[in-house]
Amino acid sequence: MQEKQKFTIVVFNGDLDRALASFIMATTAASMGMDVTMFFTFWGLNVIKKNEGGIKSKGLMRKMLNIMNRGGSKRLKMSKFHMMGLGTGMMKQLMKDSKVPSIDEFIAMAKAMGVKMYACTTSLGVMGITEDALRPEVDGLAGAAYFLGESSDAKVSLFV
Amino acid sequence: MKADQVLDCVGLYCPMPIVKTAESIKKLRTGEVLEVVADDKGIKQDMPAWCKMTGHECLGIEEDGGEIKVYVKKTHDQGNNQ
Repeated sequence: MQEKQKFTIVVFNGDLDRALASFIMATTAASMGMDVTMFFTFWGLNVIKKNEGGIKSKGLMRKMLNIMNRGGSKRLKMSKFHMMGLGTGMMKQLMKDSKVPSIDEFIAMAKAMGVKMYACTTSLGVMGITEDALRPEVDGLAGAAYFLGESSDAKVSLFV
Repeated sequence: MKADQVLDCVGLYCPMPIVKTAESIKKLRTGEVLEVVADDKGIKQDMPAWCKMTGHECLGIEEDGGEIKVYVKKTHDQGNNQ
């Protein structure tokens, strides 16, 4: 086997379907022996926010944003046919029936496989999200330079 | 084909058959063969690709109705302690 190959992925989007695609790629890459780094930014942070508790933030605009955009793996919506939750609920049921792991299960799998998960500090700061609002599986905080550094010698790099 | 261990992935979609193969192959000894039984047709492309990346050997693919059997030979111990 050759030297370990790298796979990096930016999770920009917070839709359920795109988050699933991201984790399918990340866990598959890890199972192929690749070093995997996931970088969550902007709406993608919703994927790695804790489901429980509130988001404490300062200032009216940030407070409003974090109420309207609460996030958390269990609150993600589909990019199409959300239909006030009906469509997303039905898709979740279909995926469960098809034994497709949930986002929570994918996060646990990815973690167990050594996938590294980083949150974007700029988005956290701008949106007023504190580190303690993120899931414990998150490995750390980083910026664009870290992602580009990791990607510079990656064989595959995606932006979702 | 004779296998040392069988992995049942019937009813599972991508990426689970591949993820489970990666897990199972760790438990085999070098030279042993894993038989993966699946019904997701993607495995016919996915398993050879997985083998190419990991260096394990894809010995062959058999199809019987909707059931697909893929035989993977463990060729090395790298990645065992991931």
